[in-house]
Amino acid sequence: MLPLLRFLSRAITNNNTDKTGAFMGLFILRRLGVMILTALCLTFIVFWLTNLYPNLEKLAKTQGNFRMSDEQVETFLGNRGYTQSLPVKYGQWIGVLPGYVIEGTDGETRAKCAANRAPTDDTATFCGILQGEWGQSTVFKDDVSTIVGTRLGLTGKLMFWVMMVMVPGALLIGVLAGMREGSRTDRSLSTISIVSTATPEYVSGVILIAVFATPLFGMQYFKGTATSAMDDATFNNFFLPVITIAMYGMGYIARMTRASMTEVMTAQYVRTARLKGVSFPNIVMKHALRNALIAPFTVIMLQFPWLLNGVVIVETLFNYKGFGWTLVQAASNNDIELLLGVSVVSVFVVLVTQLISDIGYVFLNPRIRIS
Amino acid sequence: MEPLTWTGSLGSILVPAIVITAGAFLTGLILQLIMGLFAPEVKLQANADGTLQGRGGLLGRLENYTGHLFLLFVLLCAAFIVLSWFMPYGDAGIMGEISKRFLPVWISLIITFTLSIKFKRSLGLYGKLFDSTIGMIGFALVMFWVFTAIFVGLFDMIATHDPLSQISGIKNKTPGFPVPEGQDEGFFPHYLLGGDNLARDIFSRMVEGSVIVMVIAPLATVFAFMVGITLGLPAGYYGGRLDTILSFLANLILAFPVILLFYLLVTPEIVATGLPNFLAAFLFVFPLVFFGVLINSRFKTQPSKNMLYLAIVLIPLAWLYMSTISAKGSPLFIWPNFLDGFDIPGGILVVFVSVVFVNSPTVYRIVRGLTLDIKTRDYVAAAQTRGEGTWYIMLWEILPNARGPLIVDFCLRIGYTTILLGTLGFFGLGLPPESPDWGSTINEGRKLLLIYAHPALPPAIALLSMVLGLNLLADGLREESLKD
Repeated sequence: MLPLLRFLSRAITNNNTDKTGAFMGLFILRRLGVMILTALCLTFIVFWLTNLYPNLEKLAKTQGNFRMSDEQVETFLGNRGYTQSLPVKYGQWIGVLPGYVIEGTDGETRAKCAANRAPTDDTATFCGILQGEWGQSTVFKDDVSTIVGTRLGLTGKLMFWVMMVMVPGALLIGVLAGMREGSRTDRSLSTISIVSTATPEYVSGVILIAVFATPLFGMQYFKGTATSAMDDATFNNFFLPVITIAMYGMGYIARMTRASMTEVMTAQYVRTARLKGVSFPNIVMKHALRNALIAPFTVIMLQFPWLLNGVVIVETLFNYKGFGWTLVQAASNNDIELLLGVSVVSVFVVLVTQLISDIGYVFLNPRIRIS
Repeated sequence: MEPLTWTGSLGSILVPAIVITAGAFLTGLILQLIMGLFAPEVKLQANADGTLQGRGGLLGRLENYTGHLFLLFVLLCAAFIVLSWFMPYGDAGIMGEISKRFLPVWISLIITFTLSIKFKRSLGLYGKLFDSTIGMIGFALVMFWVFTAIFVGLFDMIATHDPLSQISGIKNKTPGFPVPEGQDEGFFPHYLLGGDNLARDIFSRMVEGSVIVMVIAPLATVFAFMVGITLGLPAGYYGGRLDTILSFLANLILAFPVILLFYLLVTPEIVATGLPNFLAAFLFVFPLVFFGVLINSRFKTQPSKNMLYLAIVLIPLAWLYMSTISAKGSPLFIWPNFLDGFDIPGGILVVFVSVVFVNSPTVYRIVRGLTLDIKTRDYVAAAQTRGEGTWYIMLWEILPNARGPLIVDFCLRIGYTTILLGTLGFFGLGLPPESPDWGSTINEGRKLLLIYAHPALPPAIALLSMVLGLNLLADGLREESLKD
C-alpha cells in the first residue's frame, strides 16, 4: 500500500492548483447532491414497502392480539398513526414534519415523540432519523440506534479481518498474473480467481464447515460457529467466516488488478524502460505497480456493497450476531423500525463507498477530466 | 441389502491411481507456478526445420509432465466411469452407481463433443471454443447439467426415488444406505447419497433441483437482457435527459443491497398486495416491445410482409404474456379462463420477477456503454446518411456489433442468476420449502450441518460446478473471440 499512499499524496499536491481545486469541489458537490437524492429515493421505497397494509396488519396482530377483527386492526393502527398518508408518515420518520399527536378512539393520547404515550411539556415536536430518533425494535425490545450500533461494531470486526486477508491476497494474485500476460502463471492464477468468483459464500461456507469443522473428513481443525467470536475472536473460531467472505471477493479484485496490470505492462513507458535495460523486477515494482493499482482501488471500494451481501449470508450461516444477522432477523420478524434503520445504514454505506470510489479515482488518476 | 461402499471393488486399484495422479499434477502445478516467477521469458524462435522453439530446461520438462499428468488423470476418471457401466449392481460402489445413473448424460456428452470437435472449423465462435482447454472444461460442466435437467425433466430418467417421498428409517442416514426390504418390484435398493432430515433421497433431490435451476436461470437472464437492451440502446444512442433518468433509476436499483431487496419483495405480505404481479406485468412487456420494434424497424417499408411477421411473432408472445401474468387469485385476473394456457405457481413467479429485476440494471449499463462506443463508428454514420430510422440503426446496426461482449456477459449472468436463486433458497424465500432446488436444499442441510454434513454437500457441489462451468465457458469464449 505504501506506493499507493505516496502516489495519493503526490496526486493531491499536483491537483492543488486553484482551477482544479474548484473543479474538484464542484464535482464533489454534484456527486453529493445525486447521492442525497438517491438516498431519499431508496429510503422512501423501503419505507413504502415496509409500510404496505399487509405488513401493518401483521404488526398490529403481533403487537395487539392475533384474533383482532379488521375494524380493531384499523383502529389499532389509526391510534398509532399508521393510517396517515404515506408522504406524511415518511416526513415524520425522516424528521422534517412534526410527529403525530393523536387522541385515540380509546381515549388515550399518543405522541410519536413520546414513544406512543401522552405528550408532556418537554416532548420534542420533531423526532425522526435526522434528530437521531430511530425508533424501537419490536423484537429486541431496545432502541434501534443501540442495536444497529453494537451490531455494526461486530460486523466491523469481521470486515476488518476480511479486508486484511482479501486485499493483499487479491493484489498479489492480480499483479503476479498480469505481469506476463498469457504465461502459464497467468493462466493458472486466472483460473484460480475464476474458481473463487464462481463460489458463492453459502457454497464455500457449507463446504468449508463440512470439511474443517465436522469429523466427516477427519480434518476438524476449526469451529463451525462464530458465536463465541463476538466476544473473543480467535483464529480457531474466526478463520472460517473470514476466509468464506474473503474468497468470493478476492477473485474479482484479482481479475481487475490483472486487467489493469496487463494494460500498464503494454504501455509505452514500460517498453521504454525495458529497452533501456531496466531489470524485470525493477520494472514491475518501480514503474508498473503504481499505475496498475489505481483501478483496483475503485474496485475495492465498490466491493463494499457486495461484501454486505456476503456478510448477511456468512453471519446467518455461522450464527455471528452482527449487522447482517440483524437484517435477517428484522426482515423475517416484520420488525419495521429496525428494518428501516438497517436499510438506512446499508444504503448509506453503499452510497458513501460509491462516492469515495468516484472521488478517489479522480484524485488518483490525474488524466481523468470529467466534462 | 448391504450398505454400499464409496468405490466398491474398483476402488482397490483405480482410486489410488487417480489420487496419486491428481496429487502429482497439483504438486507439479504449484512447482511450476513458483518456478515460473523466476524463469526468463520465452522468446519466439524458429528452428531450422520450421518448428518453434519451446521452453527448455527443468521448467519446460515440468510443463510437459504436468500436461501429461492432467491427460492421465482425465483418462483414469473416464476409465472409472466406463468400467462401472459394465459391472453388476453394487460392485462399483456409490460412485459407480451414480455414474451408471448418469449414463444417458455421458452418452449425450460424448456425442456432442465428438460432433463438435469434428466439425469445429465450420461452426464459427462455438467451434473455436474447442480450441481452448478451459472453454472445453466449462462447456462440459454446463452441458452435463443441461443434459441432466433434460433427462430428469422430460424423460424422468436419472433420479432413483421420488424427490418428495419419505421412507421411514432413513432419516439422516449416510450415503449408500440400503432401503428397507418390502418395497415394490424395481424399487431402487439404496439411497445413493444418503437421506436428508425428512428421510428423502438426497441424490434424487439434487438431480431434480437441476431442472428448476436450468429452467429459471437462463429464462430470467433472457428477460433481463430484453429489458436491458430495450432500455439501454435508446439511452446510449439518444443520450440527454432520457439517459440521465434511466441511468439514475438503474443506479437506484443497483445501490440496493440485493438481500434487502429480496426480503422486501419476496415476503408473503408483499405477495398478498400483488406488487410482484404488477412488476411481472411491467417486466414481461419488454420482450413484446423488443420483437415488435425489431421486426417493424426492418420491414416497415414492406407493409404486407411486416404485418405477417409481426402477427407470427407477436400473437403467440401476447398469448404467453397474458397467460403468464393473469392467474386466479392475483389482482391481474383479467384474461378469460378458456384462453389462459397455464398458471405459473405464485412462488416461482415472484422469484423469477425479483431475479429479473435485480439483473436488468447491470445489463442496461453494459448495453448503454457499448452503444455509446459503437454509435461513433463509420457504419452507423453510413446508416444515418442513408436515412435509416433510429430504431433500425440501434437494433440492426449497433446491436449485432455488440454481440461479442453480450454473449460473454450472458454466460456470466446465467451463473450469477444461479447464485441469486441459491441465495433466495438459502434464506427460504419464494420457493416452497420442500422444493428440491439447490438453494433450498442447502438451506435445509445447513441447519444440521455440524451434526450431519452429508445432506448439504451434494447440492452445494452441484451449484458450484454449474456456476464454475458457466464462468469457465465465458472465459473461453472471451479469449477465443478476442483472437479474431
